[in-house]
Amino acid sequence: MNETGGKTKAGTGMPVQPGRPFAHRLLADMLRIRRMEEKCAELYGAQKIRGFLHLYIGEEACATGAMHALDADDNVVATYREHGHALLRGVPMDAIMAEMFGKAAGCSRGRGGSMHLFDAARRFYGGNAIVGGGLPLAVGLALADRMQGIRRVTACFFGEGAVAEGAFHEGMNLAALWRLPVLFLCENNLYAMGTALDRSESQTELCVKAASYKVPTLKVDGMDVLAVHEATRRAAQQVREEGGPFFVEFRTFRFRAHSMFDPELYRDKAEVEEWKKRGPIHSFSAQLKAAGELTEDGFLELDAEAEAEVAAAVAFAEAAPWEPVEDLLRDVTTPGATR
Amino acid sequence: MRISYREAMRQALHDALASDPRVFLMGEDVGRYGGTYAVSKGFYDEFGPERIRDTPLSELGFVGAGIGAALGGMRPIVEVMTVNFSLLALDQIVNSAALLRHMSGGQVSVPLVIRMATGAGRQLAAQHSHSLENWYAHIPGIRVLAPATIADARGMLAPALADPDPVVMFEHAQLYNMEGKLPDNWQCDIERAAIRRPGSQLSLITYGGSLPKALDAAAELARDGIDVEVVDLRVLRPLDTETIAESVSRTHRAVIVDEGWRSGSLAAEVMARIVENCFYDLDAPPVRVCSEEVPIPYAKHMEGAALPQPAKIVAAVREVLNV
Ligand SMILES: Cc1ncc(C[n+]2csc(CCOP(=O)(O)OP(=O)(O)O)c2C)c(N)n1
Ligand SMILES: [Mg+2]
Repeated sequence: MNETGGKTKAGTGMPVQPGRPFAHRLLADMLRIRRMEEKCAELYGAQKIRGFLHLYIGEEACATGAMHALDADDNVVATYREHGHALLRGVPMDAIMAEMFGKAAGCSRGRGGSMHLFDAARRFYGGNAIVGGGLPLAVGLALADRMQGIRRVTACFFGEGAVAEGAFHEGMNLAALWRLPVLFLCENNLYAMGTALDRSESQTELCVKAASYKVPTLKVDGMDVLAVHEATRRAAQQVREEGGPFFVEFRTFRFRAHSMFDPELYRDKAEVEEWKKRGPIHSFSAQLKAAGELTEDGFLELDAEAEAEVAAAVAFAEAAPWEPVEDLLRDVTTPGATR
Repeated sequence: MRISYREAMRQALHDALASDPRVFLMGEDVGRYGGTYAVSKGFYDEFGPERIRDTPLSELGFVGAGIGAALGGMRPIVEVMTVNFSLLALDQIVNSAALLRHMSGGQVSVPLVIRMATGAGRQLAAQHSHSLENWYAHIPGIRVLAPATIADARGMLAPALADPDPVVMFEHAQLYNMEGKLPDNWQCDIERAAIRRPGSQLSLITYGGSLPKALDAAAELARDGIDVEVVDLRVLRPLDTETIAESVSRTHRAVIVDEGWRSGSLAAEVMARIVENCFYDLDAPPVRVCSEEVPIPYAKHMEGAALPQPAKIVAAVREVLNV
């Protein structure tokens, strides 16, 4: 397995040495997301993390494969289920964890929480908690690049639930009409809260919708990190070379409830169990082991590194100070803007 | 009988669905999921998917469809998950529902009820914590309700459905778990404000999720011998100026509590009416306790500081009474 992605520095994350084989880096990043989020669930139970917490568990191959196919200075727009995207975009796990704790050292000063991770320096334009809200923003980021002569891709992640919103259709049309470099990455996990795709869409082939705006499309197994990577790489390359948008659908599944408040009355346990068999981490590690590219010890080493990073992030978040209440009114507008 | 606000609302919806075949409930995850706040739990099995209609994430579309269905002879109850997402449907509510009666020269009516959760307090951060009741209360052509008690949760839906014009109902998310006794006479009007606690020294005027906070503050003040009256607006449009003015003329002082932001708030409108109607009865300038002018932050202590709280209300009352 070789470096198909070329420039993938942005997605490599911190503790994984760049000297490692590409496949190991993908696996390591999926493990980092998984272990971080398992800890988040635990911390939610302990009331350290509050509000809404939407876990990405089961879907890690999507962010991992995709982020490794982007350039370091590409823009990324994400949803409220964005912990993994932020992490692999290079937002330090410390800053993510501190954000979830509501600490001032968090990547959004504790103002945003789980659903609003931001890192402008890394061109990570946030967790947006309005379904579909990120799509027009992505179109605008790409428009700004185009108008300023900057060659860059704007990757926009969203769930399949968003395709029912006007923002999807309006954004798709604008991007296609103006031939803007937007990479629409749809994480189709088949459910929008309790609503299955076939009960919310007359046309369940999402690529057909994008294609109706003359946006080129690819549909790919979102449980297969290499397939995600390859599809995103090809799509990003086409966007870079030809300028117009591209739509990629990842078929995936969330293993956990929609949020921590969801009793999951709308789907069968059996369906979840069936998908879990195709879990992206164990299927990829099994594949690597079968090919002689990974040993059990090698896996345990990556896992231990992820666990250590999580432990350090939690310790950091615990120790970080609270923002003083006197600062409540800061950052509503930009200081000095009207002078 | 002690029930929760959620249960009271559930019973009201159940009555409506059971008694009028024109009534149906539609919205995101009202069916199989059981309702975001579990208000419609069990309805899907009982009334079926035609009348408990799960919608895609298409707020503009399904709210607009509710307006059309009302025009066409149905009595839809449209649930928009929260006020935050109702912004995607604002056009249909403001440009169609509220205006059709007038623009048609009185030919058509839109007998529609739109329910939505509102408010902050659960660390859901800025995009999920809006209190935009006043945006809707600004619009002629719609009636705006804010049930804040078990009885109003039980009683307001029926008259709202009987209203030939669109009614927007705000259910503060912090109220769903509130428990209390359902009085025997829970039937109510959707015209008048209500005095929830009689008092003589000051009128504490509020609505929705701030009512329990105002009552807490009043109870605390009572322990120090300060006797305030608590007025629950209940109906945010049209405002019951008479009840407000009657109360303030008696107490000569007013504090208004509103989870909306201060600028352009409903509290500002109430204050204006007090000044218009009771200026010469006032012993002190009215004071407002509103949300601070900041998007609601995630961190608990910051969110708490941004919102009206009993301690802030107590302080405001003491300021006005100078005690
Ligand atoms: C405009 C809007 N409507 C409703 C919601 C409430 N809501 C939050 S997430 C969600 C489901 C979205 O599903 P999908 O887009 O498939 O993303 P997933 O959660 O599956 O990742 C809903 C209905 C919202 N946040 N924004
Ligand atoms: Mg989904």
